[in-house]
Amino acid sequence: MKKDMTCVACPLGCQITVEIENDEVTAVTGNTCKRGDAYARTEVTNPVRSIHSTVKINGGEHPVVPCKTSGPIPKGAIFDVMKEINNVTVDAPVKIGQVFIENVCGTGVDIVATNNDNGK
Amino acid sequence: MINYDLVVVGGGPAGMAAALKAKECGVEKIVILERAETLGGILEQCIHTGFGLHYFGEELSGPEYAARFIDLVKETDIDVKINTMVLSVNDDKVVTAVNTVDGLIQIQAKAVILAMGCRERPRGALQIAGTRASGIMTAGTAQKYVNIDGYMPGKKVVILGSGDIGLIMARRMTLEGAEVKVVCELMPFSGGLTRNIVQCLDDFGIPLRLSTTVIETHGKERLEGVTIAQVDNKLQPIPGTEEYIECDTLMLSVGLIPENELTKQAGIELDRITNGAVVNEMRETEVEGIFACGNVLQVHDLVDYVTLESQIAGEGAARYILGKNTDEKVYINTTPENGVRYIVPQKVNIKSKEDVKLYFRVGAIYKNKKLTVEVDGNILSSKKKVKLAPGEMENVVIPASVLATLNKNSTIKVRVED
Ligand SMILES: Cc1cc2nc3c(=O)[nH]c(=O)nc-3n(C[C@H](O)[C@H](O)[C@H](O)COP(=O)(O)OP(=O)(O)OC[C@H]3O[C@@H](n4cnc5c(N)ncnc54)[C@H](O)[C@@H]3O)c2cc1C
Ligand code: SF4
Repeated sequence: MKKDMTCVACPLGCQITVEIENDEVTAVTGNTCKRGDAYARTEVTNPVRSIHSTVKINGGEHPVVPCKTSGPIPKGAIFDVMKEINNVTVDAPVKIGQVFIENVCGTGVDIVATNNDNGK
Repeated sequence: MINYDLVVVGGGPAGMAAALKAKECGVEKIVILERAETLGGILEQCIHTGFGLHYFGEELSGPEYAARFIDLVKETDIDVKINTMVLSVNDDKVVTAVNTVDGLIQIQAKAVILAMGCRERPRGALQIAGTRASGIMTAGTAQKYVNIDGYMPGKKVVILGSGDIGLIMARRMTLEGAEVKVVCELMPFSGGLTRNIVQCLDDFGIPLRLSTTVIETHGKERLEGVTIAQVDNKLQPIPGTEEYIECDTLMLSVGLIPENELTKQAGIELDRITNGAVVNEMRETEVEGIFACGNVLQVHDLVDYVTLESQIAGEGAARYILGKNTDEKVYINTTPENGVRYIVPQKVNIKSKEDVKLYFRVGAIYKNKKLTVEVDGNILSSKKKVKLAPGEMENVVIPASVLATLNKNSTIKVRVED
């Protein structure tokens, strides 16, 4: 079986073809660099994505403060993780890198702050 | 009247990088005037990652990228006035601004750096029939609502325009539980990065309809739906292809325009293509001592390039202020040809002792072509390019050693060829 995809590992966006036989990747073509090879292999076996969102903040400069996953999570877990993110409210002040949720949905990845908020 | 050596208008990534560079080069009294309540500019609402890969070698979110510069500004004695709107800049470098603390202020500057960024094309710039229902907004405005004010502007969304901001908002709205019904793009290709089409649309099964536009909006108080239609190769709607789509929100992502009202008032000449000022290699405009950088000069898609460009302007302003600008100057124009839409800088001082980088964009998608630089009829370089797209800014270097061989009648041309 052949699968075509666009590599999203960098803005170049190479068109990659992956050949799969008996659930095993037998060939990767079209990639310009090694990262593309790695991307294509995980994309067919266990696709992952990073996500960025906001959490509510008490006493902040704004009503919400931005956050991200500290690493990629399985694509299938995106909406479960979003639910967790929307369930928390944090208190100002907040510093970049501060952990809001540890090991979110058992993915081994944390939700961390991506902006400072010194409070009102 | 207050006196400053350097006034920087706008505290986004461009203004901060320019001010920091000028400080590093020895300029003493610097002030940044910013109309918003924080420094950081548009980056504060761009919470997705994709910033800083070139400059920091790391993939940061917009606020994280901005925070690094905000921290650096705080470590210096650069004055920052937030909530301060600049009303005018004149060619004598008098800057007039207003805020609630000082009221109306007038500053006499030795040099001014314009770094006002850009704004999105509003609905008025488009020809869409229909009512003035609420629920129609630019994608950037929606991004501010969701990412800064923390509220969702709608539940069922149609997006017109497939630039990166539109694509990113399609994903953002979907993550927050809205249904993004379709992204319509007038052109036969998307202006956004392929990776954004994959990550923001394909991942969530959001359809992208090319050569399609919104021709009418429906609803009295609140938007209730839109009519979309396919367009022919003259971009005119094709009768019989109309389709009604129910939605409560229409987001427009149809391009950015540099915010150059102040520039025009100061009598500075603008480039017809970039809508930004005409500048030399130090990003100095036609008015001596007034510089421009960042999105106000040319619309950038990578903030990394904004930072680099602004450092050049900062250094240029510093040399001007400190009187290190006395070298002889002989300017020639750079000429975009065949497929190249514009070049920044538009003018180059051939007496410059440093290499000069020319930044430009092509006008269409090209595959397996060459980017050729011709100087005085000789080919300086000709680089093979697998892909060239209007969405991605390119650059070429003119070495100082080549500049040294030129005279006032010399030419520098950049073009796409087979
Ligand atoms: C929605 C969006 C998504 C983007 N995504 C990416 C991405 O993924 N990766 C990437 O690398 N780049 C991205 N960019 C591009 C990058 O963010 C911009 O190129 C960069 O922010 C431009 O910096 P700037 O300082 O020129 O303008 P801005 O950030 O717009 O800053 C201009 C500042 O000037 C102020 N100002 C304007 N007029 C006045 C006045 N009269 N008086 C006082 N202050 C004034 C404004 O308030 C603003 O703070 C994106 C841009 C947008 C709009
Ligand atoms: S294969 Fe390499 S060069 Fe091509 S898009 Fe992926 S990471 Fe970029």
